[in-house]
Amino acid sequence: MTDSNECLLKTVGICKEFSSVQVLKDINIEVLRGEILGIIGENGAGKSTLMKIFSGIYTPTTGEIRFEGEKVSIPDPLSAKRLGISILPQEFNLVNDLAVYDNIFLGSEIKKRSGLLDKKRMMERTTRLLRELEVEIKPDEKLEKLSTAQKQMVEICKAVAMDARLLIMDEPTTVLTRYEIDILFNLMRRLREQGTTIIYISHKLREVKAICSRVVVLRDGEVVHTEMTEKISELEMAQRMVGRELSQVFPERKTPTPEVIFEVRNLSVPGMLHDVSFQLHKGEILGFAGLVDARRTELGEAIFGVRKRSSGRILMEGAEIDIRSPQEAVRYGIDYLSDDRQGSGILTSFSVTQNITLVSLFAYCASFLKVIMRKNEDAASLRHKERFNIKAPSLNVRLEYLSGGNQQKVSLAKSIDPAPKVLIANEPTRGVDVAAKHEIYRFINSLAQTGLSCIFISSEQEEIIGMCHRVIVMKEGRIMGTVEGRDINEEQIMFLATGVHAGAART
Amino acid sequence: MKTHTLALLGKIQYEKVAPFVALAVLFVASSVLSPYFLQIQNLLNILRQVSYTGMIALGMTFVIIGGGIDLSVGSLAAFNASMGILFLNYLMGPLGNEYLAMAGGILAALLLGAFSGALNGFLITKGKIAPFIVTLGSMAIFRSLALFIGSAGEIRSVSNYYGTFGMESILFVPVPVFAMVILTVLLSLVLNNTAYGRYLCAVGSNLRVAVFSAIKVNKIKFITYTLCGLITSVSAVMLSSRFNAVSTSNLGMGFELDAIAAVIIGGTPLTGGRGTVWGTVMGAIILGIINNMLNMLGVSPYLQGTVKGLVIIGAVYIQAQKS
Repeated sequence: MTDSNECLLKTVGICKEFSSVQVLKDINIEVLRGEILGIIGENGAGKSTLMKIFSGIYTPTTGEIRFEGEKVSIPDPLSAKRLGISILPQEFNLVNDLAVYDNIFLGSEIKKRSGLLDKKRMMERTTRLLRELEVEIKPDEKLEKLSTAQKQMVEICKAVAMDARLLIMDEPTTVLTRYEIDILFNLMRRLREQGTTIIYISHKLREVKAICSRVVVLRDGEVVHTEMTEKISELEMAQRMVGRELSQVFPERKTPTPEVIFEVRNLSVPGMLHDVSFQLHKGEILGFAGLVDARRTELGEAIFGVRKRSSGRILMEGAEIDIRSPQEAVRYGIDYLSDDRQGSGILTSFSVTQNITLVSLFAYCASFLKVIMRKNEDAASLRHKERFNIKAPSLNVRLEYLSGGNQQKVSLAKSIDPAPKVLIANEPTRGVDVAAKHEIYRFINSLAQTGLSCIFISSEQEEIIGMCHRVIVMKEGRIMGTVEGRDINEEQIMFLATGVHAGAART
Repeated sequence: MKTHTLALLGKIQYEKVAPFVALAVLFVASSVLSPYFLQIQNLLNILRQVSYTGMIALGMTFVIIGGGIDLSVGSLAAFNASMGILFLNYLMGPLGNEYLAMAGGILAALLLGAFSGALNGFLITKGKIAPFIVTLGSMAIFRSLALFIGSAGEIRSVSNYYGTFGMESILFVPVPVFAMVILTVLLSLVLNNTAYGRYLCAVGSNLRVAVFSAIKVNKIKFITYTLCGLITSVSAVMLSSRFNAVSTSNLGMGFELDAIAAVIIGGTPLTGGRGTVWGTVMGAIILGIINNMLNMLGVSPYLQGTVKGLVIIGAVYIQAQKS
């Protein structure tokens, strides 16, 4: 036990129950002054619950928190703020209708003597913060105009703006690209030097290894391991998290057939995509890499018929098809796995079965009245549950009660249930724990081996490199190049992704 | 995990059962408070009274599950019933057969109802105007048209039979009650067992997910408003048959609020995405019994609105505490 001088925050026997289910069991951890402490664990291990206790969203059932050696209670977020605890939440906590600077100072606005808002000073602070983060966002831009990654940067600014003593970052890099992560890490190091203590929660073990000095492993609501990061390998971290040996991360790739199944020619969306052309072979996993604003999601949505195209042709098995809506896309054998799981992927108020059959529902209906045949539906759902190893107490349980990893598996099952020829998988492992990630890699790989062709959009270089047969790199809505075979490595991808700014990426 | 699941199951059940429990409690309380309450005639009267707004509330349930609202139902009822009777009166001459003319009039009212609902649906989907605004507008329009064609007075049917069929009973059950029960069974099947019902919940639960799931969201919304218009007209025909006339300034006044209240008390959240048809029927009956009891206990009719308001707020308060 360290004495309280070194220790900024300490928990003594914290337990938390939700309707008689124990989520945290006897948590004793110490957060040392000026360190970056990594907290890792699978989905449902209790990381976020613990952080919500620190930030005053939940109160522990038993146990106590000591901050600066003194026992404190944090009944609400305001008390956490007063103590100097600032949290960067997993889900965005931003108001879409407000400007960037309004968001950053929301709840702690700078005011003039008259009581009116001092917009000028808030703008100035925001500009400075954004510059430190090296992001090009206008401080008075409406938030809704920003991309997901840009919103994340705003969220980071917001957490940093408060001069927090303890900064909690809950999976801050989920939507960030490699380049942006590097900027974030530099900022974190700078903050640490200025005396800020940081708790860093992540699924990405490599990042934890790179940035954290110590790591705490949670499993099933308990602390199972605490170690200096230099003394623990990524593999060991992963094994401590799941509590068992892990097999090889990426499955073996089979060479796709030379047959071109799907082709996009000169696709454009005004102000978004410019003259995008590519071919997809049968059984191929075609990676789409790029930095923020590469507009890969926009490309996926344009192909799927959610976005209007101004020009371009799409060919399926050599025949030109005109996709103007998702219904048409699905009819032609294209399906889309969304990167925004809760926003456009699944319905949390629907059951496992209802989600899985949502796109393909007519296949389970009889007569012109489209009466749902429950038996067929349940049978199909059960097949997917077993195939994808979906952990759910029953097929009728609502998705809001499943963990992120299992929700994602349901989302994947939903998008392949109509038996598409082409699957656009957008960030298929976003916000998913290590074990589920490996499973998803294996599913997509085995689907490709049975002839499904996959457009694989991902911001995680490792999985792009580990999974794909070819990789197309995009920048600002244009294809910058394609890498194949041995050229699929981080340097080649970064070189193309950054274009003229190739130098900046290597820092 | 086991206990967790059981707790969840208990919660889901409770949500659906709550309106039934509330009705049972109210029923017992009423029979204790008033000796007349349990008389068959009184109970049938309550059912008849609630059946008109009850039917409309069924259509409203679908609209609300789909994430919308329909404020125009009351005015729509008045306008369509008026047009139905005018058409019936017109047909009496050339057809010379009262039954045929009656059938024509009713058919016209129903078709016009579906058309009026479709018009709401069209403006909401193609015009991309918020349902609240569209139906607020059409509420004013339909009422004004009804007042115009009836010069703000009564439109009377010239048929002798039109005024009787709505008062008939089938196996002691009044015709409108019968219609409400049939509609409830049908709509419950549609909601729970058809692709349309599933899609409707999806659209109300998260529109974006529905779009990405290749659901024709505009078609679903359009059908729903059309259906609501049609069902509203069934109610309007029954109601006008009861008086053999339409009072253009009175018929359907405040029905939209009664219907929405029944839906909410029945456990369907105003935010949409889920709901039950049977719950709505319970909600309508609860409102009916409360009115009946207040009458029997001699409470001033002016105070009945206060009680109704408290019940609505109370029901939603209880629902809010549960989640």
